[in-house]
Amino acid sequence: MSVVTEVSPDGQKLTISIRGRFDFAKHQEFRESYERPDGQMPSSVVVDLKDATYLDSSALGMLLLLRDHAGGDNSDIRVVNSSSDVKKILAISNFDKLFAIS
Amino acid sequence: MQAPFEPLTILIAEDSAADRMLLSSIVRRQGHQVLTACNGAEAVEAFRQQAPQLVLMDAMMPVMDGFEAARQIKALAGETLVPIIFLTSLTESEALARCLEAGGDDFLAKPYNQVILGAKIKAMDRLRRLQATVLEQRDLIARHHEYLLNEQRVAKAVFDKVAHSGCLNAPNIRYLQSPYALFNGDLLLAAFTPAGDMHVLLGDFTGHGLPAAVGAMPLAEVFYGMTAKGYGLSETLREMNAKLKRILPVDMFCCATLLCLSFQRRSVEVWNGGMPDGYLHCVASGVRTPLPARHLPLGVLSPQTFDDRTDVLTMAVGDRVFLLSDGVIDTCDANEQLFGVERLQQVFAANHQPATLFEEIEQALRDFRGEARDDVSMVEVSLLEAAKLTPPALVYSDSGQSCPLDWSVSFEFRAATLKRFNPLPYMLQLLLEVHGLRAQSGALYSVLAELYSNALEHGVLGLDSSLKRDASGFARYYQERNVRLDALHDGYVRVHMQVVPKGEGGCLAIEVTDSGQGFDVTRVMERPLDGVRLSGRGVSLIRQLSRSASWSDDGRTARVEFYWEALA
Repeated sequence: MSVVTEVSPDGQKLTISIRGRFDFAKHQEFRESYERPDGQMPSSVVVDLKDATYLDSSALGMLLLLRDHAGGDNSDIRVVNSSSDVKKILAISNFDKLFAIS
Repeated sequence: MQAPFEPLTILIAEDSAADRMLLSSIVRRQGHQVLTACNGAEAVEAFRQQAPQLVLMDAMMPVMDGFEAARQIKALAGETLVPIIFLTSLTESEALARCLEAGGDDFLAKPYNQVILGAKIKAMDRLRRLQATVLEQRDLIARHHEYLLNEQRVAKAVFDKVAHSGCLNAPNIRYLQSPYALFNGDLLLAAFTPAGDMHVLLGDFTGHGLPAAVGAMPLAEVFYGMTAKGYGLSETLREMNAKLKRILPVDMFCCATLLCLSFQRRSVEVWNGGMPDGYLHCVASGVRTPLPARHLPLGVLSPQTFDDRTDVLTMAVGDRVFLLSDGVIDTCDANEQLFGVERLQQVFAANHQPATLFEEIEQALRDFRGEARDDVSMVEVSLLEAAKLTPPALVYSDSGQSCPLDWSVSFEFRAATLKRFNPLPYMLQLLLEVHGLRAQSGALYSVLAELYSNALEHGVLGLDSSLKRDASGFARYYQERNVRLDALHDGYVRVHMQVVPKGEGGCLAIEVTDSGQGFDVTRVMERPLDGVRLSGRGVSLIRQLSRSASWSDDGRTARVEFYWEALA
């Protein structure tokens, strides 16, 4: 599995970990990772990019979809463990204005 | 899965009548139709006439042997697989190999074994069907591909009409785009404003193919429409963002850099949302100043949260602005290493001939990756003397019979309006209803724009133009302008326009008054009309482009006049 999800015991935090290239090929898996069958969305979401090697513009689009799904401007999404290459791409797009990136 | 049994038409080429009858009866019993031939020549003729699906071929026959017949039948069959099973009493491997080399697919040793013959016919039939399926699918894919290419051709032809309505062919623009860059989401637009400034947009939509191309059309329409009407970068950006936000799905957006090159003011205004750093190349010093992305791409933020702030930098004649798409720096080599900004800067440093810069970058990408990508877009825009560029004349379609010739109008724009609204396009549209003024629309717009920005910046905002003496002060000036505009609560700019007929022609008087402190008119008027300094260019521009420019009320009111003669 290249997209792994984990919900905290209290159900308040969803962690999505991406492995390998984060591009359009992960579109389906990524969407399924946060579209729960019960329609519930945890209040905070963490996208863990520790094992992500690359991120393209369609991945940025997927992050926007996640943000939209999690409540848009009221969403609480953190993007963590980005490599320096990935950070550069996020910085060029100014996505730090939408997501807490570390 | 077992295919349902379908009887085949099988050609038996055998010179021995006994063998021929024996084989025929075996094959018929298995449910197939049989054609027969006594030699190779007959076999070829029978194939030509009746197109059997499978051939049992004796190797040794009179007139024409099986090898030659096999070659001819294979040639006739073309891409369709017509399996040929050689019937042979030959046993030495060399002879058997010859059967296959001549185009045979298998062989069957005499004497015939019905079970094996039946099994071989079935196996060959499977192969035949497989080949037929592959061909069918290949043709289907080829047809679809042809449709797709044709659709792209049509879409591109329509889009080229839109994109090339601009001024990409102006002498100060050089660009490189792959022919189908549009379908990689890359977009390059350029157009003149009524004042003779040049707006340039390099954009990159998320994704590939048709989805990436559909957003380009509305974006281009907004860009050209608003630029031609005299809107500035900020208003155009706000409108483009709002439009894309409204029509695109959430995960689609457009990274873009917008430039406004002012040849008269010798400056460039930049907004970069999500594109790689552009570069302002100062030719005199050799320095390349990066133009980094300060904003989110277009189509992400709501109109309420969109940030249209721009940066303004000075340019000298010959200086160049270079923009590129992420295809350049995101090119990967075999180990997924990115080409990156450092390698790009090495190419910059090694470049001596501006004309070959694009080729050198492409070469560096090829050396790095081994092949060229098809989503690389680059554009370089240089600053020329204002007089060296002639914006195309505007085309009007109305007859002029209802042209207004005797009227006046007054506007007062107050603080909340000054913050966000640009009244120039509206006022220009109004003035261009007067046919006699159309020939001077460029000068008219320039003067109106200078009067308005003087009133707003020096008058209402109280900015000191001497800040603009050098390049760093120039950038500070525009930052300070944004800050003061954000904080503005009071103040106004009043514009009074009066058109009166004069003989066969007429006269337009424009008066602009502001709520500011005014300035020392005498001192400013003593300056020579040189237009080379960075500061105070507005006033000398106004004096050069209009008739009888004058200031009164301690510099708080400016008045200019434009005249026109009888129309031909």
